[in-house]
Amino acid sequence: MESTMVTDFKDIKQEQMQEFLHDSIQVPDDLQSNVMVTTLDKVYNWSRKSSMWPLLFGLACCAIEMIATAASRYDLARFGMEVMRPSPRQSDLMIVSGTVTKKMAPAIVRIYNQMAEPRYVLAMGACATGGGPFKEGYSVVSGIDKYIPVDVYVPGCPPTPEALIYGLLKLHEKVERQSITTVPWYRKGANEAIPVPVLGPDIFDPRKVQIIKEQTLGAAAAAKGPAVSKARLQPQPMAEDAKARIRAAQAKYRAQKQPA
Amino acid sequence: MFGTGLLKGLGVTLKHFTDTFTDDRRKEPSRYEGSIKLDDGRRIIDQPITQEGLLTIQYPEERRLLPERFRYIPMLLWDTEIGEDRCTACGICAKVCPPQCIWIVRDSDENGKPITRPAEFYIDVAVCMSCSFCAEFCPFDAIKMNHDYELAVYDRYPQLVYDKEELTVPLEYYAALWPTQFAEEQAHRAKEKEEELRRNEEKKRAAAAKAQAKAAGVAEAGDGAAKPKRSKEELDALKAQAAAKAAAKKEGGADAGAVETGNAEAPVAEDAEAAAKRARLEELKRKAAEKAAQRKKEGGA
Amino acid sequence: MSEATMVAAPPVADPSLPYNDTVAGAVVGTWADDTDQALFVAPDKLLALLTHLRDAEQYDLLSSVTCVDYSAYKGKARAGISERFDVVYHLYSTKKGGGPVRLHVRVPDGDTVPSATGVYPGANLQEREVYDLFGITFEGHPNLRRVLTWEGFNGHPLRKDWQEAYFDEETKPFKNRHPAGSYQWHEDKLPWGDNNTYPAGWDPDSWEAPVSYVPVSQAPHRGFGELDTQSIVINLGPHHPSTHGVFRMLTRMEGETILALEPEMGYLHRNHEKIGERNTWLMNMPFTDRLDYINSMSNNLGYALAVEKLLDIEVPERAQYIRVIMAELTRIINHTWSIGFILNDLGALQTPALYAIEEREMILDLFEEVSGARLMCNYMRFGGVVRDLTPGWEERAKYLVHDRLPRALDQLDELLSGNEIVKARGRGVGYLSAQDLIALSVTGPMIRAAGVPYDIRKAEPYCIYDRFDFDIPTLAESDIYARYYIRLLEARESVKILQQALRDLPPGQINAYASATLSQGFGTIMGGKGGYTFRPVEGEAYARVEAPKGELGYYIVSDNKTNAYRYHVRSPSYINLNALGPMSVGYKIADAVVILGAIDIVLGEVDR
Repeated sequence: MESTMVTDFKDIKQEQMQEFLHDSIQVPDDLQSNVMVTTLDKVYNWSRKSSMWPLLFGLACCAIEMIATAASRYDLARFGMEVMRPSPRQSDLMIVSGTVTKKMAPAIVRIYNQMAEPRYVLAMGACATGGGPFKEGYSVVSGIDKYIPVDVYVPGCPPTPEALIYGLLKLHEKVERQSITTVPWYRKGANEAIPVPVLGPDIFDPRKVQIIKEQTLGAAAAAKGPAVSKARLQPQPMAEDAKARIRAAQAKYRAQKQPA
Repeated sequence: MFGTGLLKGLGVTLKHFTDTFTDDRRKEPSRYEGSIKLDDGRRIIDQPITQEGLLTIQYPEERRLLPERFRYIPMLLWDTEIGEDRCTACGICAKVCPPQCIWIVRDSDENGKPITRPAEFYIDVAVCMSCSFCAEFCPFDAIKMNHDYELAVYDRYPQLVYDKEELTVPLEYYAALWPTQFAEEQAHRAKEKEEELRRNEEKKRAAAAKAQAKAAGVAEAGDGAAKPKRSKEELDALKAQAAAKAAAKKEGGADAGAVETGNAEAPVAEDAEAAAKRARLEELKRKAAEKAAQRKKEGGA
Repeated sequence: MSEATMVAAPPVADPSLPYNDTVAGAVVGTWADDTDQALFVAPDKLLALLTHLRDAEQYDLLSSVTCVDYSAYKGKARAGISERFDVVYHLYSTKKGGGPVRLHVRVPDGDTVPSATGVYPGANLQEREVYDLFGITFEGHPNLRRVLTWEGFNGHPLRKDWQEAYFDEETKPFKNRHPAGSYQWHEDKLPWGDNNTYPAGWDPDSWEAPVSYVPVSQAPHRGFGELDTQSIVINLGPHHPSTHGVFRMLTRMEGETILALEPEMGYLHRNHEKIGERNTWLMNMPFTDRLDYINSMSNNLGYALAVEKLLDIEVPERAQYIRVIMAELTRIINHTWSIGFILNDLGALQTPALYAIEEREMILDLFEEVSGARLMCNYMRFGGVVRDLTPGWEERAKYLVHDRLPRALDQLDELLSGNEIVKARGRGVGYLSAQDLIALSVTGPMIRAAGVPYDIRKAEPYCIYDRFDFDIPTLAESDIYARYYIRLLEARESVKILQQALRDLPPGQINAYASATLSQGFGTIMGGKGGYTFRPVEGEAYARVEAPKGELGYYIVSDNKTNAYRYHVRSPSYINLNALGPMSVGYKIADAVVILGAIDIVLGEVDR
């Protein structure tokens, strides 16, 4: 059982994530003196972050705050984001604003697959981040990151417009750290589409079919209900070094943000 | 006439445009009336209700003045007056929490006896619904709502599960955010303390009087001359009760004594625990000072 | 109050019971309740009784149809009753006003109930919901499909023996949070790490989703002589900018003309009612904020009124006034918001919407100052409100309602009402007669725009609405333009109420339990320690308010425990959607978008 443990699907953007977490973009030696690329990077990232068109896409309560953010008081146009595109083909950023239900999840994954690279996902609010107060329900997905990779999480229920803008600024920062030489979307080989989840008796991810089958058809099915694997019952505290790394990154970030 | 409605509507938009345009051309636009200008060019905007239209708050540079009752995510208070967490791990916040996103591990001493202090305190921010029930129902004023909304992160685990360390803020920070409520609470706490003292005094007096009376009663009973007001059984029961009470009191006293001796020992040799505590306090203070300074600046106070 | 006492059901129908003299043997028992009497109806006589009530007694509005699964009921009132389910109907009269007739039909597991859709077409969506969540079959329902979950979903979630994958305990608070709380969510214990559950023996590889029969595929096909075209089905949504959220319309089109339209929902079904039955009574309050997320204050108010019916609390004067003020401010927010987005749907992108929601920010500032949050106010409590107004709040609110809001509404009027394009697109589009609308259980601005002066604030006054001088504006046209304009008129009436309420706002307590001030901790507000886990008396209660979108009702059943036994929300957005199909037929596809916008739905309330 342990050997067939579900793989973690969150690592699709691991590469980008690592880049940020370690806070050190590894520039190969032969590129160190490449003024061309770094300047190009600057222009490339500046232009991308200054006109990041969000998908016109509201799910629930948070969408109201998203609209308020786009309206007169907070005015998303200041960030070049007022052009909300209804078509995923024309948008760079998906703001998942609200509760993701199981019935809606296939549609969201499809829309995400239709977005052109480079694409970003911002999980707005508690529900999109981790299921929120409705997590315990039978038809709510506990966090959109179960299906698609998320770049920025904005907690809050609902996040105030300021909190959302802060999340967007964090996203800008992330964009600024990317380099044209390392970004995945210019690499060879197609970026695999994410398999669309299927609505069965309950929603299921095609990537997890193997483990589901083991539970429903295998020996475990004989026992009542899905077996609870003991190994997972133990709380899994965060690794100390991970904690330290995050704190360091946060401290560094704060130091940058706050002029002494 | 066809088209008058359209023209009228366009007139409204034109008026909007000219109003804001002329105002923006002024050196100090009237829309900044009532806002606070900070040293670094940033502003705190508090639009007065009499101000026409709606101001655009240019967020990272300009911020809205948050009302005192603004609530976002809970925070735990570190009582700087006594140098301890206010939280007693009573668990009421975990019980009233509608999405059940609070986990508390009660601390215990070496013998495994639970003590009134949380060892761990987790809040899953990705579930918290900012309802502020925890703050409303906390009987010790230990958990309050933070105003900090700049919480966006790149990774959900583990950043969005706040542990005790991340949640704890010193009292001063709370006092800066919630000045009115803090003052009310302080007044109430002072009153409560006074009342408790008075009650204790009264209890002591009553106990003394009782003891006197009892002694007298015993003496009387010993005399056997006066007719006993209570039967022997009743007296026995009362005695047993008194003994139980005294024992309970003794226990409490012993506890208090332990605390006192602990305090007495501290100055002699500052043990590791106290040092850690002090260090933690310093750390918290420093953190809070940073935050509070920023907040103050924004609050214009 | 609400001392539920069962009168044993007699074997032969008792002529002394109501309505038995006209529909013999229909009512087989009553459940005496102080507020509303519940009548137990024989299933085979249900339709006859409903017809009688509709035609002879003027109960023309079937407000709410819901169901209770009594299989885990712990109260005394159900002793000796073997039937598992009660289907509960609430009927109101738009002509007479006043209280409801409440009918219960007892159903054993696996039995069927005659569908009320023949008498009240408005039962359509509600019966589908009961079928979906409880598994009760309604005989004669034209379109009995799942509505909130999807075809193929495993089980009926609101049955008491149905447990979700995430199942800690029957009721909150969960014991694993304190004093030895190890941070872990239940889903992490499942082998697949998701909040999902699959029946044993199910094979995902051979799974084929059941194909559901949608009525639009059978819509009439009209030929145009030589120019015969084939009608096609067009799908709008669930991700579509015109649907105000995640909502889907299946339309059968002949060219651009709609032949049939079928709404599909459930894309925001958040298990509000299942969670509400696990929650303690108080915990539901912040969840109600998230129903109609534009109007959290009205939602709070409705729920507080329902529980107060069971608790029998007298709400202090000041709290009553504050409640009215908040509810009416909310109505203005909703109506201006709705106007802005109707215009958005008409194609006037951004500008009208931006103008319309400008003043909203000022109202939200006021909300934030008293409650701490812009949207999710969580401000009402049983017995009053949670915090008093802040100093200076009243003055600002007065300036707002005397100066700013009338001005803003006038400006909106000037900007839009005379606009020829709005008139051309709105006049005569989406017409449905008043009788049809009422038969479809539609409430709120929609029927007032059809000339029916039905407003719960007047028909069955709650809070202190009988003290204020205000009118119920009506328009006769029942088209999109009327639905737009009625909202403007209603917002003006709200301003009138607000002016009076702010003038008369008395000092005093803000909560019946408010012996405590803020500084003493709110634990005392519900009567000391454990105030958050009080137990209302056994019984049922239905409270309704005139929410900005229509009749918002809360049906609760208590078995004298700390959590609700049954918690049902009669949401106006959901039930008003009954009219969407009939309203759109014959118009163009571009009009369907505006017709939906003019119904003014919020998906949080539609799907709950």
